[in-house]
Amino acid sequence: MERFITKENLTRLAEELAATHRVLAPVATCGTVTFRRFQPGMALDLHSRMAAVSPKAATFPQTETLLTVKSEIPEKKPVITETLPQGKSVVIGCRPCGARGKLIFNPVYETDTTKDPYFILRRDNTVFVSLACDRPETTCFCHSVGSGPADPDGSDVLLTLVGDGYVARSVTEAGEEILKSALFADAGAKGKEADAKNEKAREMMGEAHDYVSAPAKLLARFDDLDFWAAQSAKCISCGACTYMCPTCYCFNITDDDQGLESRRIRTWDNCMSHTFTLEGSGHNPRPTKAHRLKNRIGHKFSYYPDLHGGVMACCGCGRCIKQCPAGVDIRQIVKAAQEYSE
Amino acid sequence: MSQLDDLKNAIKGRLGELECVIGWEQGYDSLHATPLFIRSEADLDRLIIGPLAVHNLVTYLTGFKGKKVGVVVKGCDSRSVIQLLNEKLINRDDVVIFGLCCDGVVSQRKIRAALPADPGFVESVEIGASDLKVTVAGQAATLRLSDVLADKCLICDTPDAIVSDVLIGTPHTPAPAASLACQDEFEAKSDAEKFAFWQETMSRCIRCYACRNACPMCVCRDHCIATSRDPLWLSQDNSPAENMMFQMVHVSHLAGRCTECGECERACPVDIPLMLLRRYMNRQVKDVFEMQAGKVLDQTPPLLTFKVQEERINERGW
Repeated sequence: MERFITKENLTRLAEELAATHRVLAPVATCGTVTFRRFQPGMALDLHSRMAAVSPKAATFPQTETLLTVKSEIPEKKPVITETLPQGKSVVIGCRPCGARGKLIFNPVYETDTTKDPYFILRRDNTVFVSLACDRPETTCFCHSVGSGPADPDGSDVLLTLVGDGYVARSVTEAGEEILKSALFADAGAKGKEADAKNEKAREMMGEAHDYVSAPAKLLARFDDLDFWAAQSAKCISCGACTYMCPTCYCFNITDDDQGLESRRIRTWDNCMSHTFTLEGSGHNPRPTKAHRLKNRIGHKFSYYPDLHGGVMACCGCGRCIKQCPAGVDIRQIVKAAQEYSE
Repeated sequence: MSQLDDLKNAIKGRLGELECVIGWEQGYDSLHATPLFIRSEADLDRLIIGPLAVHNLVTYLTGFKGKKVGVVVKGCDSRSVIQLLNEKLINRDDVVIFGLCCDGVVSQRKIRAALPADPGFVESVEIGASDLKVTVAGQAATLRLSDVLADKCLICDTPDAIVSDVLIGTPHTPAPAASLACQDEFEAKSDAEKFAFWQETMSRCIRCYACRNACPMCVCRDHCIATSRDPLWLSQDNSPAENMMFQMVHVSHLAGRCTECGECERACPVDIPLMLLRRYMNRQVKDVFEMQAGKVLDQTPPLLTFKVQEERINERGW
């Protein structure tokens, strides 16, 4: 289905949906654009810049309560309550790369033997209304990881800015439902304009880098700690890259105890942290930032694609590059491994 | 010869005896620099200095324990070196300091606000003596450097490296100490307003610890109490209260140690103005101990020593 919606009506759509859904949308606070719980009266900020943090939290919140434990009296058996996510959500105005992130979760969080009900419930109850990009940033490389500025994969509706509104195309049935709102109008000839804009945006990205050799080439550097020490020299070993990343799916589970009550929470973990692999014995198989960066890059561009049909665990949004306090560039590191000669 | 040529020559002369020299090179685009670890004369060609060379490279020094390294420092960065030396966290013999006379560095946040389009669309940058000519998304913009300087540069009283083995450039006459308007404005707010501000701001925090890891004085690194499980001080829950608690831990651990280099705030991916907390703490330390971290070599930091009666803390005279 192809429809058209004015900018004004998109805000109205968000307001309408907010009555029945948890709506997450990019909102600017003091110049910082992040996905916030949208409430009527708030201003959408779809265009000033890509949101600093990806929309990952919509399907994989930074803090998720898995269960609660309550004990009336210490002697009695405690009551354990599973807290599965309730309700429906809509993400409005993320970029295609952000919406695509959750696809990387699928083969890990939903397998024949293991199913993560928290992620699956959220994923199946969240609709992504994405906005196609009209111009690449210096850090964008979605086209090199099998995607593009108007990639519909992972989105339910894809918007393309045309004039004072958006051509809206449904990608899934859930997206089609959204387009049934009376706030949408006939797209008429605007669809052709949208195609031309999307085509132009893709052209502006230039030639894609070929990552096909990356899995094997990275594996070849697995035992070369000097290589990784040099590549990680400027890394400060914080977690900005992993927390910004739409595809990083590692988590931690801790219990928050308060008196006779407890909450088991799952929180984002990050492989650049010392505690990520710290074992109970005190031994740490990844004692330095070189070990950790090797894992981060290897996971995305070697181990994951080896396990999952060659798909890179990266959607090329570039957040890890531009938000890195030290300017570590993941593209350069993979390239260095690809071009490495003894 | 230019300041950059002088610096390159100075580094060239010492490179042989050093593990590496830490400087800056152009980063992923023409508007961003990135740290450069110079190990050979070939690497030296990539060295840059100037208003885009924002990083405080002193952050890396403690990671080179036992090795002799060189580091290029601006005036503010040199304060971090002094503080590390005063706390005996690095050895003077293990570091060769290439000090710069600095004319200030930019705030990428101010550049972002001043440009007609997102800096992610930058096409070219020309650095002039007093302005930056930036072309972004096909639009040319001229930004006055004085309008986009980092806050710390607006009140800088140490533009030239205070400690160095070689000082490069023409020394400045330091401006007298001043306070920052945005700080005074914030501190004048009521407690309720401040609480609401932090409540809102800390809801953005994702606890990535970029602020902590970018800090040259945060030397606990892998053993920070924020990620310790036993004892458990902080929940992993990223609620505004826990996030603020972490910032309180951070700022308290920096009492009498923070050199106001601003790396925590610069590193924050969601633009939390962390320096509001740091400057407030530093003002308290200055009032009580008449001391500013990293200003005087061979000074014992006030919280690393003990006096039976502090001159400005009236414990017994009640």
